[in-house]
Amino acid sequence: MLANMTSGLDFHSKALVLRAERQRVIAGNIANADTPGYAARDFNFSQALADATGMASSNLGASKSASTPAHAKHIALSNTQGGSLDSQRLAYTVQTQPSLDGNSVDMDRERANFMDNAIRYESTLRFINGQAKTILSAIQGQ
Amino acid sequence: MSMFSIFNVSASAITAQSQRLNVVASNLANADAVSGDSAKAYKARQVTFETVPMGSDGSVGVRVQAITENQIQGAKEHNPGHPAADEQGYITHSNVSPVEEMVNMISASRSYQNNVEVMNTAKTLLLKTLQIGQ
Repeated sequence: MLANMTSGLDFHSKALVLRAERQRVIAGNIANADTPGYAARDFNFSQALADATGMASSNLGASKSASTPAHAKHIALSNTQGGSLDSQRLAYTVQTQPSLDGNSVDMDRERANFMDNAIRYESTLRFINGQAKTILSAIQGQ
Repeated sequence: MSMFSIFNVSASAITAQSQRLNVVASNLANADAVSGDSAKAYKARQVTFETVPMGSDGSVGVRVQAITENQIQGAKEHNPGHPAADEQGYITHSNVSPVEEMVNMISASRSYQNNVEVMNTAKTLLLKTLQIGQ
C-alpha cells in the first residue's frame, strides 16, 4: 500500500538526483570556459533517467538505448546505478564556433542549459512537494 | 550531495579568474615602466589555466597552472636625457600592450560574474531542496 503511494516519489527523486548531476556538469563547463583544450561535457538526460528508473527507453521517446551498442564490436556503456552517473556516460559537446585554443565551451549554450536545468530542478522539487502533501493529507485524513 | 561540489568548482574558477585579474592589474600598472637594461625591462605576465579534478564524483574545477612572461622585446627608444638611459643613451619600454590587457580584463570579469551567478543559482536550488515537505 505504502509502496504504491511512494512509487511516484521514487521516480521524481531519481530525476532530482540526475538534475543535480547535470547542474554540476554544467557548472564545471562554465568554470572551465577559459581553459585551453577543455572539451565541454553533457549527458542525455532522458536516456539517463530511463536507465536510472529501469524503464525501457521507448517509454520516454528515446530512439536507441546508449547501453545497447549499435554495432556488435562496440563496447557497451555501463548503466547508471541508483540515479548516479558514472563519468563514462558523459559525452563531449562539439564546438559551435572554432576556437584557437581548442576549448569547446559555448558560454551562451552553457548558460542557457544551466538556467533550463535549474528551472526543471525546481519543477521536480514542486512535483515532490505536491506528492508529499497528497500523501500527508491521505495519512491524516482531515 | 553532488550539488555541494558546485561551490568548490565555482570557487576554484573564481580564484583563478581573480588571479588573472591580478596579473592584468600588475601589467597595466607597469605598462609605462622603462629600464636602461633591456633584460630588466618589465615583461607582461600571463596566466595559463588548467582543468583539475575535484572530489571523487567527476566534477572538474580550474586552477592557474603557470604564470608566464611574454618574451617579446619591448620597444627601444633613443633618449640620452632620460635618467635611466644606458651608455648608448637607450631606454627599453615594457612590452605590455594596454589594449590586450583591457580585453583580458573584460574577459576575466565576465567569467567571474558567470561563476558567481552559478553559485547563486546552486544556493537557491539547495535552499529550496531543504524546504521539501514544508
